[in-house]
Amino acid sequence: MITTSDYAGLKPAWCPGCGDFGILRALNRALVEMEIEPHRVLMVSGIGQAGKLPHYTRGNVFNSLHGRPIPPAIGAKIANSELIVIVISGDGDAYGEGGNHFLHAARRNHDITYMVHNNQVYGLTKGQASPTSDVGFITKTTPYGAASPVNPLALAIVNGASFVSRGFAGDIDHLTHLIKKGITHRGFALIDILQPCISFNHKNTFQWYKERAYKLEDEKYDPRDKRAALEKALEWGDKIPTGVIYEENLPVYEDQLPALSDGPLVKQKIDPRRVERLLAEFT
Amino acid sequence: MPVDLNFMVGGEAGQGVQSVGFLLAKVFARGGYHIFADQDYESRIRGGHNFFRVRVSDRKVGAIAQDVDILIALNMDSIERHQPQIVTQGIIIFDGEKTKEVSGHNSSLLGIPLEKLAEEKAGGKLMLNTVALGAALSAVNYDLNILNTVLVERFGKGDVGDRNIAAAKAGYEYVQSEYKGDFRKIKLLSEAKRMLLTGNEALCLGAIAAGCKFMAAYPMTPASSIMEYMAAKSKDFDLVMVHTEDEIAAINMAIGAAYAGVRAMTATSGSGLCLMVEGIGLAGITETPIVIIDGQRPGPAVGLPTRTEQGDLLFVLHAHHGDFPRAVLAPATIEDAFWVTVKAFDWAERYQLPVIVLTDQHLASSYATVDRLDLSQVAIDRGMLFSEKEDDPSDYMRHKVTKSGISPRAFPGLGKALVVTDCDEHDEEGHLTEDARERTAQVQKRLRKLLPLEKEISTPRKYGSRGAETTLIGWGSTYGAIHEAVDMLRKQGANVNMLHLSELWPFPTRAVADAVSKASNKYVIENNATGQLARLIKTETGYDVSGRILKFDGRPFTPACIAEAVRKEAHQT
Repeated sequence: MITTSDYAGLKPAWCPGCGDFGILRALNRALVEMEIEPHRVLMVSGIGQAGKLPHYTRGNVFNSLHGRPIPPAIGAKIANSELIVIVISGDGDAYGEGGNHFLHAARRNHDITYMVHNNQVYGLTKGQASPTSDVGFITKTTPYGAASPVNPLALAIVNGASFVSRGFAGDIDHLTHLIKKGITHRGFALIDILQPCISFNHKNTFQWYKERAYKLEDEKYDPRDKRAALEKALEWGDKIPTGVIYEENLPVYEDQLPALSDGPLVKQKIDPRRVERLLAEFT
Repeated sequence: MPVDLNFMVGGEAGQGVQSVGFLLAKVFARGGYHIFADQDYESRIRGGHNFFRVRVSDRKVGAIAQDVDILIALNMDSIERHQPQIVTQGIIIFDGEKTKEVSGHNSSLLGIPLEKLAEEKAGGKLMLNTVALGAALSAVNYDLNILNTVLVERFGKGDVGDRNIAAAKAGYEYVQSEYKGDFRKIKLLSEAKRMLLTGNEALCLGAIAAGCKFMAAYPMTPASSIMEYMAAKSKDFDLVMVHTEDEIAAINMAIGAAYAGVRAMTATSGSGLCLMVEGIGLAGITETPIVIIDGQRPGPAVGLPTRTEQGDLLFVLHAHHGDFPRAVLAPATIEDAFWVTVKAFDWAERYQLPVIVLTDQHLASSYATVDRLDLSQVAIDRGMLFSEKEDDPSDYMRHKVTKSGISPRAFPGLGKALVVTDCDEHDEEGHLTEDARERTAQVQKRLRKLLPLEKEISTPRKYGSRGAETTLIGWGSTYGAIHEAVDMLRKQGANVNMLHLSELWPFPTRAVADAVSKASNKYVIENNATGQLARLIKTETGYDVSGRILKFDGRPFTPACIAEAVRKEAHQT
């Protein structure tokens, strides 16, 4: 039986009270409740406070470069399709430096789960504006206010992502439920997570999110309706929707690779003599 | 009489220059001849001027010649451009009805109604290329049956194949009946079963033979054909080729696949490699084995997109910040491209580091005949692997500090061992650390891997007389041209030899210092503007070279142009 102790990692170096703690707890709970052994999981992270998360739990870990967790995650998933691949990123990592990978991973529908800690500010580099900072957000690098933010959920939907959701670090039960759904989903699953940063974001605080976040599950809402999903994705301000915004069964990239039909690539044998028949093509 | 015959096919992009050139090379390779053929093309899909040179010889050749014996001109422009290269009593094949005014040259002018014959005998003017091909073979009295066989292989037995055969026959017979000149007869030699392939094809065969299971790349000349070949073979050889959104994704994806336990590579050219630089360091610090192919072309930036250069040597040696080991290999010949690639995968896994294979447009897209590759010589060494039968997986540490610097690899998900790594500095387990002692230990451990790797570096190739007065030094794809230049110069009485490097890093310091210190004249021959190898030799051995023969116009060296440049250098010194 898998218990929380199987997922006990190193002591986090986050600020006390950081929203990241809630996300870590929700992830651990999801993995325990799904009875997944740590060695079956690969967590790929980028750089930022979120990128440290894999060290604070247990599993296979590839802590990659800033903005780049998606490509190695895809490479690893293709190499060993039996791995449960979870990418852990932040708003700067995912939507700034790694924006291009996000768009293309969504449209190709790779079978990975993408958790983005979205605190609307840079934490690791100490308080600069992020791609999701609210318009007008004043920081040392945006003294006249941040420009219009990216909308990750809308981007994911229009780029063909097959699972688009939003969680809140302050609602661990709900986030656990979303992470489980994301892992279970076949294809690219985005979980954008509202995460208070107690050190650098004094606007979008725990209280601020708590007052605005509501659950789509509590409403009559069909996450399979793409137009409705886009409308929900555009909702921000007084009310912020959380839950599964959009969900669709689409062809999974890895399922379309003929080389994977004989099982994971990493289990295939290497036999140079097989190339003999290719040599004949050149004579 | 020895055979050393140089064909050139010239025309616009879209006229089928590549197709005629390839078929020419193929029919002579089938007839037992050695071939070296290169392609010169512009960065455009239609129009402009492209040419394809095919050298046919009864001895092994590794370079293109300066002169042209037979020009197949698919347009008038080709005649104007290349007339000065045509030898006395050479042959020009052209459409005699469309190109009226060809004069002022003592070549045999074989005006043939190419388009008309194509329409009349082969049902369409598109077949004019094949008419020209038939005419060219006729002008050397070569066997037409081989061409027929090759045409059927390429176009199938149906209508298209038949029409091509008819077109070839029409061209062949027209020359035989209209031009009764005493053309030379190129006989069939033995039924040699040599392969005819490009540098990129050899490289791909090497990668597949070595068990490469994953490639990720973004199209860029001259590396795109590697992507295409690997993708075409992905179903039959259990491999995956991902066309990524950019080069950054490509290298990072390959690193992820390699971390998960498969042999992985990427391929690009200079400015694509610029985007990949951060990935080189990621592979370095996470000790992930990957093979990176850099098909060089002239830079900086986009430079000359379809042309050749050796301008990336110092870049690939230094690309990325910080100190970590890497290996750099540069195949000397098309056959070498196969073996070097096999070696690159072995070294990458044995030493858990990035291995960069430097080719260039010239090597990538040139064809050569190669004796059938002996696959029994391909031995796979996956390096040191962690065994859960012998060791407790809960003790596994991905970056364990060892005497050799090499830590056994485990693959995530295949056992209970947790494989943890980080692009931050990490401890032995792979978790990020800022501890000064652990940092020092990890840097030293990584650099220690260079010591056994240095011992694997082969002695540079040598050719010519020992202790010669003049040594020509080159690296990578210039091997064939320099080799032949040495022959030319020796025939003229010069005391010359060659030192050629294809394993460039770790640098073979002792062997190079030894060779360089012995010759009184030592010239580097490089396809770049500053003599990057000369600078590397100076840095690593302390020796200066006495001259630099450099070419950076985007075109490859010919043996004659090297020989000429060496003679000039010798006069100056």
